[in-house]
Amino acid sequence: MDEDFPPRPGLFESAEIRRRQRGRNLALLVVLVLLAVLFFAITIAKLSHS
Amino acid sequence: MTPSAIAAPAPALPAEWQDYVRLLKPRVVSLVVFTGAAGLAVAPGHLHPVLAITAILCIAVAAGAAGCLNMWWERDIDALMRRTAKRPIPAGRVTPGEALSLGIVLSVGSVMVMGLATNLVAAALLAVSIAFYVLVYTMWLKRRTAQNIVIGGAAGAFPPLIGWAAVTGQIGMLPVLMFAAIFLWTPPHFWSLALFACKDYARAGVPMLPVVAGCAAARRQIFLYTLLLAAASVLPWALGEAGAVYGVAAVVLGAGFVVQGWRVLRDRQDEAGVSLTDDGPAKAAFRYSLTYLAVLFTALVIDRLVG
Repeated sequence: MDEDFPPRPGLFESAEIRRRQRGRNLALLVVLVLLAVLFFAITIAKLSHS
Repeated sequence: MTPSAIAAPAPALPAEWQDYVRLLKPRVVSLVVFTGAAGLAVAPGHLHPVLAITAILCIAVAAGAAGCLNMWWERDIDALMRRTAKRPIPAGRVTPGEALSLGIVLSVGSVMVMGLATNLVAAALLAVSIAFYVLVYTMWLKRRTAQNIVIGGAAGAFPPLIGWAAVTGQIGMLPVLMFAAIFLWTPPHFWSLALFACKDYARAGVPMLPVVAGCAAARRQIFLYTLLLAAASVLPWALGEAGAVYGVAAVVLGAGFVVQGWRVLRDRQDEAGVSLTDDGPAKAAFRYSLTYLAVLFTALVIDRLVG
């Protein structure tokens, strides 16, 4: 088996992969927090309406 | 370096979060949100602002989900067309499986939240609009008939009905007329695009009207649909569903669209109807169509506010 296959990411690629993963994780966090806020707001609105 | 290393593809970088946003076709979503919000704004009755914002959010997410599923299904032809080759799936940044999962989760989620926040009629209409766009337009019609966007245009016409239903829990005359306006607006909008992207569609094997019936036939159809649209857009005023502000806007904007359609029809062209002016009139008609719909529905909302 060839030691270079599959090709391993170099230093630059590693940093770029981490940057992208961090960005995705942060985006997911923002979405989850906004969803929690939205559901809370919907509940309050429904309660006040009824 | 060994031969196997030379032949191996470069390791793909993971997608950026923006790639998932691109899967949702944000520019298309913006127009859908606008027409949905217009339907909600002109509906009689009151909806709590939080629930109104939630309804618009659900329409936006559902439209994005439908766009995502559309990109998943069309990834093969997207790779062949210059306009779409850089989309996340054909570019290799997002896997088809990821796109499919995202589309399904957002579709189900948006319908559920719409049902919980507003009512079942709005949620059902939202579900039907997603299903119509994905199953009827994308999977069934788009690659089979030149009338794909005529029938499929109904999917894009749903948002005013959904917005109205979110407030009232039912369907009224005015949102049906708004539906008709978007339905008749879709053919001249997309066929103008298809005229100047004709080679792309032909290469991808998509039977758009200019590809199948020729550019001359497409030009006639565009003009005819602008006439139909101009007439239909005045109906809310004529039937007493809207006031003079909307009526004047509909007449002026409709006349402008008919002029654009006439220019497309009379564009300098060869015997096959292919433009000799780099499709200047078709590009202008496409741009005008975007402004047309935005201003027409804005006028309707203003009309309701001042009426």
